[in-house]
Amino acid sequence: MDLSLRTKRLSRNRNLGDSIFYVITLFFALLILVLVVVMFYEMYRSSTLTREKFGFGFFLHSVWDPVLDEYGALPFIYGTVVSTALAVILAVPLSLGIAIFLSEVAPGWLEQPLSFFVELLAAIPSIVYGLWGFFVMVPWLRTSFQPWLSEHWNFLPFFEGPPYGIGMLAAGFILAIMILPIIASISRDVLRAVPRTQYEAALALGATRWQATRIALSYGRSGILGAIILGIGRALGETMAVTMVIGNRPTISISLFEPGYTMASVLANEFTEATSEMYISALIEIALVLFVITLIINSIARLLLWSMTRNSKDVRL
Amino acid sequence: MSMIRYYLRRYFSSFMFILCAFSVVIALIPLFLIFYHTVSLGISAVNVDFFTKLPKPVGESGGGLANAIIGTLILVGIGSCISLPIGIFAGIFLSEYGNNFVGQIVRFLTDVLSGIPSIVAGVVAYTLIVIPMKHFSAYAGGVALGILMIPTVTRTTEEMLKLVPTSLREAALALGISRWKMTLRIVLRTALPGVVTGILLSIARAAGETAPLLFTALNNRFWHTSLNQPIASLTVFIYNYGVSPFEEWVQQAWGGALVLIVMILLVNIGMRTITLNRMKGNQ
Repeated sequence: MDLSLRTKRLSRNRNLGDSIFYVITLFFALLILVLVVVMFYEMYRSSTLTREKFGFGFFLHSVWDPVLDEYGALPFIYGTVVSTALAVILAVPLSLGIAIFLSEVAPGWLEQPLSFFVELLAAIPSIVYGLWGFFVMVPWLRTSFQPWLSEHWNFLPFFEGPPYGIGMLAAGFILAIMILPIIASISRDVLRAVPRTQYEAALALGATRWQATRIALSYGRSGILGAIILGIGRALGETMAVTMVIGNRPTISISLFEPGYTMASVLANEFTEATSEMYISALIEIALVLFVITLIINSIARLLLWSMTRNSKDVRL
Repeated sequence: MSMIRYYLRRYFSSFMFILCAFSVVIALIPLFLIFYHTVSLGISAVNVDFFTKLPKPVGESGGGLANAIIGTLILVGIGSCISLPIGIFAGIFLSEYGNNFVGQIVRFLTDVLSGIPSIVAGVVAYTLIVIPMKHFSAYAGGVALGILMIPTVTRTTEEMLKLVPTSLREAALALGISRWKMTLRIVLRTALPGVVTGILLSIARAAGETAPLLFTALNNRFWHTSLNQPIASLTVFIYNYGVSPFEEWVQQAWGGALVLIVMILLVNIGMRTITLNRMKGNQ
C-alpha cells in the first residue's frame, strides 16, 4: 500500500483530525488484544484455589466429587478427546469429498446452491442441533444403528453394552455434522487456491482427473490440515449439542455406547449448581484449560492457513 | 496390458468422484432432516400466543415465550453496544491502517478469538460481572455475547471495507478531503450494506448462543423490569423446555428452534446476495 504510506506521512504534518481518527481506531484494535489478555487473566486468577490445591494432579485424577471437594478432570478430558476424535474421523473424509466435489466437479449452477447449503449447516445454532440430536438422532441410534453395530461389529470393544442411544457415539455423530461444514468450506477454498498449472501439468503427463486432484490435495495439504485443526478446535469447545446427547456421566469407558462427559458440558451443567468456592474454582480451571487449548489450536490452524494463502499468491504472481 | 491399466485408472477416477458426490448427499441429509423436523414439530407451537404471552406453569396449557424473545433482543442489544464500536473501529483500523505488524497481530488474535468456545466467554463474563455483583444479570449475559460478536464484526467490516476500490479512495483524496473523512464518508458509506449484513450475521449468531447465557443471564419466567436481574432468553428456554418431560414444553422448544432457524436463514440469504452482488460489481 504505497498510497497509505504516503498519505499517512502527509497527514501527520497536516491534519489533526486524521491523527485523532487513527488513534481512535488503533485504540479499539488494541482493545481486542487487551480482551484476550483479560480473558486469560480473569480465569487464571479465579482458579487459584484448585490450582494451588491440586496442581497438575487435577488433570490426572478421575474423581469428581463436589461433596468431598475432590476434583479431577480426567473423565472430562477423556470425553472431550474421544468425542472430538470420533467427530474428526467421521467428518474429515466426508468434508474432503465435499470440497473436491465443489471445487473440481460441480458446475457453477450446482456449486453455488450446494456451497450455500453446506455453509448453512454451520449457521444452525448449537441448541437446535442438540434438540434435533436428542429427539431425532438419539432414538434412531437406539433403535436402529446401535443394535446393528452390536450385532455385526461386536468383536470390537467400542460397541459393547446396551444401546442407550445417548452416549459418546451420539456426541461424535452430532459433532461430526457440526464441524463438517467448516472443514469442507475452507478445504474448498484451499483447493481453489491451488494454481491451475498444477492440474494442467498433471493432466498433460497422462494423469487421470482423480490423480490430478490428488496432486492438488498434496499441494494444499497445509491449508487442508489447517481446516481440519480448525474443525478440531470447534469440536473441543462445542457445548449445547454435546451436553444434550452425551449422557453427562463422568466415567471413562472404552465403549462408545456408554455415556460420557466433556469439559464444555460439565461447565454448562454444573456452573449454576456450584456452591462452594472450590467447586467454582475447579470449573473455572476447566474453562481456562479449554481456553488455552483452543487458543493454541486455533493459532496453529490460522498459521497453516495463512502460509497456504500466501504461497498461492506468490505462485499466481 | 497397459490398456487395462489405463481403463482401471479411468474407472477408479470416476469412482472416486462419484464417492465425492455421494459425500455431499450424506452431508445434506442432516441439514434437510433438521429443517424438516424443526418445521414439522415446531409449526404447531408458533402462534400469536407464542409471541405475546408469558410462559405458563407446569400443567397449564397455552402460554408463550414472549419474555424470552424480548430477553434475547435485550441481551443481543447489550452485546451489540459492546461489540459494534470495538468491531467497526477495529475493522476500519485493519482495513485502512492494518498493513503492518500491529495489524497482523490484531488480525491474528481476532481470528483466534473467533474460535474460542462460546462457553468460555460465559465463564469470563461470570468472573468479571457475576462474582463481583454476586447475582446473575442481563449485563453479564450481554457482555458474554459481546465478546463473541467482536471477531465477526471486526473481520466482516475489514473485508467489506477492503472491497471498496482503491480508485474511489484516490479520487476522494485527490479532491482534497482529509483521510478520516474519506474513510467515514466514502469508504464506510460505500461498504455500508456489507458492514450492516456482517453485523446482522453476528447478531443472528449471538441470538443463537445458549452456552454463555446459562450462568450469566440465567433465566426468568416473568417480564423483565431491570437489566440488573436474571433475564430469559429464547435459547435457554429451548434448552430447559427441550430436556423437560412435559410434552407441551417440548413442543414450545421446537417452536423456539423454528423461530431461530427462520431468522438465521433470512440473515444468511441476505448476506449471500449482498456479497455476491459486491463481487460481481467489482469484476
